[in-house]
Amino acid sequence: MQIARVIGTVVSTQKHQKFEGAKLLLVQPMALDETPRGIPVLAVDSVGAGVREKVLVVIEGRAAGEALGRKGAPVDAAVIGIIDSVDVQE
Amino acid sequence: MQLAKVIGNVVVTRKDENLTGIKLMVLQPIAADGSNVGRTLVAVDAVGAGVGETVFFVRGKEASFPFHPTDVPTDAGIVGIVDHWDLD
Repeated sequence: MQIARVIGTVVSTQKHQKFEGAKLLLVQPMALDETPRGIPVLAVDSVGAGVREKVLVVIEGRAAGEALGRKGAPVDAAVIGIIDSVDVQE
Repeated sequence: MQLAKVIGNVVVTRKDENLTGIKLMVLQPIAADGSNVGRTLVAVDAVGAGVGETVFFVRGKEASFPFHPTDVPTDAGIVGIVDHWDLD
């Protein structure tokens, strides 16, 4: 899983039926020092995350589909938690 | 699977219900010589690993298998604590 910052929301009217009612977020993966890492990805939201929150993102198809609660959903990323804190000892 | 050092943990109160009770650790993958290699990541812990320990972890949906039948939404999981490793 990756640590990421929610940087926006995405609205789509015409989409695959498995996306019905799903919230789409634009998230920017970050390194531990919070510098951006790679390009932002679209993730479905299963926990009610908001813009600017630090979140945990799973980037894997089946796991993301499970987070969404729908088998066979054409997704590859999901927000599965809102991060309270990260403690690193190194 | 890959070797990694556990360098921290993540506290997440609001989360997918299938993550309840599962520890989330920050991993730094390491090369065979013990040097850091690649990006840090967060993984679920299936073996009771602690910060500072060397572990091996699996990537992909298989990371949720230790928690069967719960469908844990994860893409990485610690599946073993390394006692030591030897190189030829």
